[in-house]
Amino acid sequence: MARSKNRGSQEVNAGSMADIAFLLLIFFLVTTQIATNKGLTLLLPPKQDEEEPEPVKQQERNIFKIQVNSLNKLMVEGETLDDPSLIGDMVYDFILNFGKMSDVEKGPTGEKVSDRQTYESLPASMKAYINSKLRSDKSSDGPNAAIVSLKADRGSSYEIFIEILDQLNAAYNRVYGERVGLTAEEFRKLNRNDPRDLDLYDRARSGIPKSISIAEPSKVGG
Amino acid sequence: MSKFKKKSESSQDIPTAALPDIIFMLLFFFMVTTVMRETEILVKQDIPRAEQLVKLEKKKLVTYLYVGEPKEPEIFGTESLIQANDAFIAIDGIVQWVNTEKDQLSEVERDQITISLKVDKETKMGIIVDIQTELREANARKIIYATPQKTDDN
Repeated sequence: MARSKNRGSQEVNAGSMADIAFLLLIFFLVTTQIATNKGLTLLLPPKQDEEEPEPVKQQERNIFKIQVNSLNKLMVEGETLDDPSLIGDMVYDFILNFGKMSDVEKGPTGEKVSDRQTYESLPASMKAYINSKLRSDKSSDGPNAAIVSLKADRGSSYEIFIEILDQLNAAYNRVYGERVGLTAEEFRKLNRNDPRDLDLYDRARSGIPKSISIAEPSKVGG
Repeated sequence: MSKFKKKSESSQDIPTAALPDIIFMLLFFFMVTTVMRETEILVKQDIPRAEQLVKLEKKKLVTYLYVGEPKEPEIFGTESLIQANDAFIAIDGIVQWVNTEKDQLSEVERDQITISLKVDKETKMGIIVDIQTELREANARKIIYATPQKTDDN
């Protein structure tokens, strides 16, 4: 009796399991959409109160002006520019100009840093570059004062805006990266959940605020 | 001849017993990473690429605004529109929309809300600036311009 039972296969037929799994797999392959939470971040300025006095007028040399007109033509520091990819290097030089280092400490409470301290903290290669090429009295006084202003006409395209914003971020990342001995790429990839990386990140950014201002465009298209 | 016989004795089937396991592994991967699309996007989305991307960690805090020309111009016209969740909203509806989105977050996280702007590259800057003004008004100051990574060939 027992023998005859054993003759029949006791295995569950698993051959079609693969087919079922395939079907499910294809379904998920089609419906899947790997979430992309990547992009260029920007912190908007706080809401302006009507009663608040107008912000202090910045000195002309501390503002790096980029303007875009409705034909997507660029005007950088009063001169026309055809290639937006040049902005990155110009902004890099602008931030690190240290034209007139101040000892006034600025920044959020607890981590106030003056331009001079920032300068002292830079690696020797950057100092050498600054002293030989920069320190012009026509450009920014120091990173604390430097503001990049981007003014895009209402009729200009979003594509060129992103391209410029990308260049600005590239310049800042390059400054931050070189300050702690990384490339811009490596700096960008720092994982801020890792305390060691976070320390590097904070060290790179202290004293050099990322001040990108998106100015409100003129109402009339040019 | 005996040599040939010996060869044919060994089984020529490829063992496929492990195939379901492999497939299941793939299946679980896609099941875990998948996000069902909860909104149907009604505007054109050809997003410009950029290089210096930042990855956002806290997905819960991100809400999306889609901006672009409507996909159905015969119904909605050709002017760029803003889509939030499932419907088009007007510029002056943004403050209210942000507040409803903020209500869905817990109280401590409300000020950390991040607005992800997914904007078609043909869009004019005027509408973007208007959105930014409204977001400032609604005190949702963190924004991210969602962009795919730029590849070397373009």
